[in-house]
Amino acid sequence: MSTLITCRHVDFGYENHDAVVDLSMEVDEGDYLCVVGANGSGKSTLVKGLLGLIKPMKGELTVAEELRRTGIGYLPQQTAAQKDFPASVYEVVLSGTLSRSAAQSSGDGGTKKGTLAARLRPFYSPEEKRLAASCMEKLGISELKNHCYRELSGGQQQRVLIARALCATSRMLILDEPITGLDPSAIQDFYRLVRRLNRDEGVTILMVTHDVAGVVSQANRILHLQQRVVFFGKPEEYRRTAAGRRYLGGEDR
Amino acid sequence: MSVIAEMLSYPFLVRAFVGGILVSLCAALLGVTLVLKRYSMIGDGLSHVSFGAISVAVAAGWSPLQVSIPVVVLAAFFLLRITESGRMRSDAAIAMISASALSIGIVVTSLTTGMTTDVSSYMFGSILAMSRGDVWLSAVLSAVVLGMFVLCYHRIFAVTFDESFAKATGVNVSFYNTVTAVLTAVTIVLGMRMMGAMLISSLVIFPALTSMRVFKSFRGVVISSGVLAVVCFCIGMTGSYVFSTPAGASVVLVDLAAFLLFWLAEMILRKRIRWQPLKPGGKRTPPAGGVQTPKNARKWKTMRPEGEHAPRSAGERKQP
Repeated sequence: MSTLITCRHVDFGYENHDAVVDLSMEVDEGDYLCVVGANGSGKSTLVKGLLGLIKPMKGELTVAEELRRTGIGYLPQQTAAQKDFPASVYEVVLSGTLSRSAAQSSGDGGTKKGTLAARLRPFYSPEEKRLAASCMEKLGISELKNHCYRELSGGQQQRVLIARALCATSRMLILDEPITGLDPSAIQDFYRLVRRLNRDEGVTILMVTHDVAGVVSQANRILHLQQRVVFFGKPEEYRRTAAGRRYLGGEDR
Repeated sequence: MSVIAEMLSYPFLVRAFVGGILVSLCAALLGVTLVLKRYSMIGDGLSHVSFGAISVAVAAGWSPLQVSIPVVVLAAFFLLRITESGRMRSDAAIAMISASALSIGIVVTSLTTGMTTDVSSYMFGSILAMSRGDVWLSAVLSAVVLGMFVLCYHRIFAVTFDESFAKATGVNVSFYNTVTAVLTAVTIVLGMRMMGAMLISSLVIFPALTSMRVFKSFRGVVISSGVLAVVCFCIGMTGSYVFSTPAGASVVLVDLAAFLLFWLAEMILRKRIRWQPLKPGGKRTPPAGGVQTPKNARKWKTMRPEGEHAPRSAGERKQP
């Protein structure tokens, strides 16, 4: 089991304030890590930092070589504009393969011209189409291929977005508040799906969520963030901490 | 047919036709991404800025195009920055900028030449506005826009559909946004004098909105928008010649008619198919042990049926 991401005393933030301070943690291959915390506790900033969209202000962030090459699959929070976007499921899933083609051409040591040519292709390669088809198969949405994204239910939309993220990479997925707006049974479906990906496909999961009670039984690591790390470790231990009890409620009064 | 032959015997009408078709094609293609990204009002704001710039240019005796293109491109940058930084509501910012630019234009004009027919033709367009140079510029513009849509189609889709994901997978999002803004600015300056400052934004939003009624894929919407824009423009221009109505307003009315037609088609299609909820493919197990709510969340773990497995760390957890 190798370590995919290591943070050593990392600060993430913007020009004049730090959103995440002195974070130390690591994500191992096959982990199912949940990031919890109040609004504004730096969860989204952490995600941006891990994706490489912002640079750490301090400390050391190490990302495994294999992950740097293929990138990290990402399931962003849904935007309002997406809800009525006219796009077929197939188009959405295929768009996930874009990063892979860019990574391949630069990985070949290709010149700048080579990457430019790869960027300016008007069509997807058969290989990319196969990849998209297999990702849709994995998530059981092959039949929806030609359906319109905006006509799907919330749970189906999430499946489509996961398929797209898996097209980018099958190593690690970052899910940013994925269950927002899903109904209870869709949430259960979704958790079951994520668990299956984690267990059967060996996809490392990092999920940002408010539904602590829902995920504490599935994750194998919990990271409780309040600018600083409040807790990082196993869920069983998390239940025993004061912070965990406050979030989980339950029998201890 | 004879009407069209008659129209094409006037060189200025040929110029208006060619220039107008190219400009409306560009506006429609750019409009698809603008509408879907909720930037519909940018076209409107930029046309008002363009009006202000042209009024100032005319008052000072400069060439209208050479002044207004850089000014409007700058305004487009500025509007995008406001929208991206999120410091101010973009619709409010656009409304403010467009009203200010319009007022500057009107005050400058009334102080110098006075409110003449020139002003009215900027507001509502004039069929005589397309010069030879304008036609060339619109040809270059549409070549750039078409080239961009053919070569970078997938990236445009990715950026339009989901900026955060596109950014995470290494697409240069701000580059695409900037290029879109610049091209939109040039399109609007070119089309504005023919369509009118008040009406040019309809070329941007109508084709996309109309196509979205019926087409369900991004590719379908893009292609349909381009075709619709050209067809509506030709019908509108011919109508304006036959009935001696202003060109810009006639084109917008045809656009509206097309929108209503597509809307009707959507209604009929929807009724006929009798929309039913889609079933997801693949096997779907029924919810295990009832729906999980935070209240029974802990109990639920013990109610997990045989088929369900714990996550990887299951061994570390005490089994019930």
